[in-house]
Amino acid sequence: MATPQAVIDTSELDQLRIPLRTQLWRLVRKQPLGAAGAFIVIIMSLAAIFANVITSYNPVANDLASMLQSPEANHWMGTDEFGRDILTRVIYGARTALSIGLTAAFLGATGGLVLGVASAYFGGIFDLITQRIVDVLMAFPLIIMALAVVATLGPGAQNVIIAITIPFIPTCARVVRSSALAIREIPYVDAARALGFSHARIILRHMVPNVMAPYLIMLSTFVGQAILLEAVLSYLGMGVQDPTPAWGLMLKGGAEEFLESAPWVSIFPGLAISFAVFGFNLFGDAMRDVLDPKMRRD
Amino acid sequence: MSAQIRESRDKSVGKGETLLEVRNLKKYFAVTEGVVRRRAIGNVKAVDGVSFTIARGEILGLVGESGCGKTTTGRCILQLETPTSGEIVFEGVNLEKLDQKAMVAWRQKIQVIFQDPYSSLNPRMKVGEILGEPMRVHRVEPNAAKRRQRIAELLTVCGLPAKFADRYPHEMSGGQRQRVGIARALCLNPDFIICDEAVSALDVSIQAQVINLLEDLREEFNLTYLFIAHDLSVVHHLCNRVAVMYLGRMVELAESDELFDNPMHPYTQALLSAVPVPDPTVEAQRSHQVPKGEVPSPINPPSGCVFHPRCPLAVDSCRAQVPEFRELKPGHWVACPRV
Repeated sequence: MATPQAVIDTSELDQLRIPLRTQLWRLVRKQPLGAAGAFIVIIMSLAAIFANVITSYNPVANDLASMLQSPEANHWMGTDEFGRDILTRVIYGARTALSIGLTAAFLGATGGLVLGVASAYFGGIFDLITQRIVDVLMAFPLIIMALAVVATLGPGAQNVIIAITIPFIPTCARVVRSSALAIREIPYVDAARALGFSHARIILRHMVPNVMAPYLIMLSTFVGQAILLEAVLSYLGMGVQDPTPAWGLMLKGGAEEFLESAPWVSIFPGLAISFAVFGFNLFGDAMRDVLDPKMRRD
Repeated sequence: MSAQIRESRDKSVGKGETLLEVRNLKKYFAVTEGVVRRRAIGNVKAVDGVSFTIARGEILGLVGESGCGKTTTGRCILQLETPTSGEIVFEGVNLEKLDQKAMVAWRQKIQVIFQDPYSSLNPRMKVGEILGEPMRVHRVEPNAAKRRQRIAELLTVCGLPAKFADRYPHEMSGGQRQRVGIARALCLNPDFIICDEAVSALDVSIQAQVINLLEDLREEFNLTYLFIAHDLSVVHHLCNRVAVMYLGRMVELAESDELFDNPMHPYTQALLSAVPVPDPTVEAQRSHQVPKGEVPSPINPPSGCVFHPRCPLAVDSCRAQVPEFRELKPGHWVACPRV
């Protein structure tokens, strides 16, 4: 019998672990912009989750007695042409933006993840055909693709999600495929094949977890893009429909009719869109720096 | 200790049944040109007509320099590559004729230990998952508690503490990881293991431990190995028989001691003379036969005997005729008409 090798006792090392607060503080110092992004993302998520606790106004009920009031103590951001509190609608708008943005980004990135890894794993003619289809889809600008899908399916929250998801899939598939091609040549994939595992198991259990870094980076940038795209579609009247509180929709009403007489109607939802997209982009960039060693700068 | 093992093994081996037979195996990789219309401009003849048999319980060594096709031969047996032609017969069943579903059952009987212990384990899985997953998928041990028990046994057998099941590969040293690789190869109770350069990435002291482990496991589980290596002294120590490959062909096959004491093919002689002798005075007086030139490209291998451009014994007929692989002495096969 072979002699067992010496085992290093790691229990003492556990006591040397750095406390979470110190670790967080180090991360903030290393990635100040990323931390700012994360702060915006967290504020936005909290606003979306606790919208009905934070504000006492109803986001959809009309109050014609107090229409188009400028910002004051009762209405910090003023009211719109139906007397609805803008702050309330901006907070509820976060809920719409996040639910559509997260769903579309998750579906798009995950669809691209599976397609990209499968394309790299099977190779050959499957890879060739998949990648040419991806080429065709990527030739369209994001917004044109999304508009075409909404024009076909009609407006509404669910169709907006589909319209945003479809152009995301090829983008993520292309990025993930390039990582998966490298993973495919690593012996543990051969070992999995020699153990007689099914293609689905090899792709999902052995390859997908090892391309998580590009996937998470794509996911976080997609959320920002999806929020912007949803706002654009709603602004163009092809997305979420009134009276649902959505930033793009609020911007549209405010900018078209009251830009001079009541600028607060459009300024605050516009700021909300900018901050949300800015926050998610900063967060995504920081995530890429942390996850992708090649991009890391010290 | 190893001499005793070898002695006891030599008696039992050779008379046993044939476990694996490889018949005229060929694997060509097409070299293509052009993007729109792909056309083959040549073939890399990685393996070109290799035949051999392995008896149950035997260790067959497969040696040769880089790029001679030894790893490709192993990958073809594992069905990781589809051979261009030839047959791989395992326990009397031709693996080339099986469909995907039937193949899964046979895959369990043939396992592999890879060269690089750093890349052969999935970095995102704990050791317990790496060993447990095959048992769960193939229902070798569907009960979770018994499976944990068996993982602990496998780790112990491979010389690792059972608590390593909770570790990730990056928390272990190279030698420890290679032991996990060996445990993974064992977890489906295979009959046959291909060791593809299984010890060449380890440092010398760990190499010796792993080789001893492989010998012990062969005894304990009645395993058969195809030991692919380029380290000749390891092969001499471990293997019953040794096959030498050059540029996709097999040039010599003999009992281990016979091959090392009495090499017949000029390439084998050159290969063995390249092994240094650990005595400076002997080493200085020894004659070294270094074949002239470089290994030719396998895309366009020489005609006739592939070794003829570098062979000291070559005559005109070597250029035209592919040498027959003939049995010069009982069990000693050589592909050279000049010896």
